[in-house]
Amino acid sequence: MSASLQDEHLLTREHTYTSLSDKVGELALRPNGRLWFIAFVGSLLLTLLFVAGGGELLAKGVGIWGINIPVAWAFALINYVWWIAIGMAGTFISGALYLARQKWRSSLNRYAEAMTVFAVSVSGLFPIFHLGRPFFFYWVAPYPNRMALWPQWRSSLVWDFLAIVAYLLVSIMFWYVGMLPDLGSLRDRARTRGKQVFYGLLALGWRGEARHWKRFETLNLLLAGLAVPLVFSVHSMVALDFSEGAVPGWHSTMFPPFFVAGAFFSGFAMALVLGIPLRRWLGLSDIITLKHLDNLAKMMLAAGLFVAYNYAVEFFMAYYSGDPYEIAEVRDRLIGPYAWVFWTVVFCNVLTPLWLWSPRIRRKPAALFAIAMLVLIGMWFERFMLIVNSLFRPYLPSSWGMFYPTLWDLLFLFGSIGIFLLMFTLFVRWLPIVATYEMRKLVHELKEPG
Amino acid sequence: MAQESKRYGCMAFFETPEALVHAVRTLRQAGYEGIEAFTPFPVEELDEAMDIGGNTIPLATFVGGAIGFVGMLAMQYIAAVLHYPIRVGGRPFASWPAFIPSALEVTFLLAAVAGVLALLAGNRLPKFYHPVFNVEQFERASQDGFVLVVRMEDGDASRLREMLQGLGAVQVDEVAV
Repeated sequence: MSASLQDEHLLTREHTYTSLSDKVGELALRPNGRLWFIAFVGSLLLTLLFVAGGGELLAKGVGIWGINIPVAWAFALINYVWWIAIGMAGTFISGALYLARQKWRSSLNRYAEAMTVFAVSVSGLFPIFHLGRPFFFYWVAPYPNRMALWPQWRSSLVWDFLAIVAYLLVSIMFWYVGMLPDLGSLRDRARTRGKQVFYGLLALGWRGEARHWKRFETLNLLLAGLAVPLVFSVHSMVALDFSEGAVPGWHSTMFPPFFVAGAFFSGFAMALVLGIPLRRWLGLSDIITLKHLDNLAKMMLAAGLFVAYNYAVEFFMAYYSGDPYEIAEVRDRLIGPYAWVFWTVVFCNVLTPLWLWSPRIRRKPAALFAIAMLVLIGMWFERFMLIVNSLFRPYLPSSWGMFYPTLWDLLFLFGSIGIFLLMFTLFVRWLPIVATYEMRKLVHELKEPG
Repeated sequence: MAQESKRYGCMAFFETPEALVHAVRTLRQAGYEGIEAFTPFPVEELDEAMDIGGNTIPLATFVGGAIGFVGMLAMQYIAAVLHYPIRVGGRPFASWPAFIPSALEVTFLLAAVAGVLALLAGNRLPKFYHPVFNVEQFERASQDGFVLVVRMEDGDASRLREMLQGLGAVQVDEVAV
């Protein structure tokens, strides 16, 4: 294989069409490994906890959580914002980097898109659970009903509902359509009848005819073009849930870009947290190379700096506005009862990512994994800070009150991680985790540049 | 029985995309019609070699998006102005800036749905049986093989076979219907 391929380090071994197809095909078709089984059982147990929590919630109501007036939004909304933000990187890698013709996305986009689909699915559960009567969640959708009621179109909650639905469905379509050729590959490699039928049905009879490829490429380009503004709009809608409220610390026009940046940050962190074990345990280090980790780390650093800038602007704007309630809110951040949350956020989201300036750290998978985990934790606490620290001291001091989570709150948080990991382990087991056709195209392009 | 065709065409296997593109060009110059090329990844040169023009997917996506945008604005107008107007603080019923976010999200959604439906319709998928799958070696076309099919339902295929072999095909099969 040519020198350019080695120079760019996008594929470290000398891969051919055959070796790539064999490698990725084997991952989906080989028998279960022990490590996979442990991951599966672990995430299944966490998922069962979540299911049990869901049952308790339906039976008793949201009172099982620590929420009360004044802090009526807590873990459910924190988890919701945290999860939906994690989806951002997948859409960005498969959409924006595709439009920018970045070759390095080919190794990453499939698992990153899967990450998006699963994270958005998990996030959508929380606003529903947070409703007093979750079984009426569909009332927010416009549909012909005997009550002759319409949704309140001017409410950001309706915008947000439509944004989540659109984002989830578009992500699923983008992911699934992009997977058709690879499902066809697996169908043709499968040797047992059950697998042939399974992949055969999923592949919809994909044959890879030239005219089909042409339409496929056209659609991929269009979906990428749609997904990028969509993902920006989704995180803006999430932010508008907050900025539409007249609450100190929320009522600000900077929230939409701030949330987009935060979503970038945690999304790339999750892409690293999933990608590093994948390359290690599935032996994908020749496909997801150090160059890829380096690029992801750079994206994470850039997003982290923007997020840090936003923290600074929030403080500046509070004092610049002269509004006593805004000033009180940021004072509480610094020295109030939840100050430890703020300082955790500063440590995880502002200081830790500074290590990524070092090229040596950016190419050390273990260090990157640790930094990305800290960023994910930091981003969770950031949402805690934004939500709880703004709510716990409303305008009237007589209404002040602290928020303390219950065990059920923690169970829902860790259970949601379980659902996400369960879906991801099943994806790793059964579906093509690398966009093989794109890698073949990459081999083809790198062989003869121009 | 005698009139029924038993053959779909001739299938030839090539080892590189370049050989496949060359074969497509040569066959088209020789006047063969109904050429299909199957590759494990999109080969751009084939678009030009096979004279593949534009497709309807951009139009479908645009129409889907337009329906989403206009339809959602119309629904909000009907709901907020005609069917169930609520006066809130003297603000206009048709407060269109507040209708844009919903319309935007539905635009994205319906544009994507229309695009995907256009892909499936254009490619005639799902289609679980196709004659090319009758050739056992065809499974290479989704891994590392570059496959050419020339439609030829009846008549003598021996000249075509010779020509394909001359173009560097490693294997030539007849495809049963």
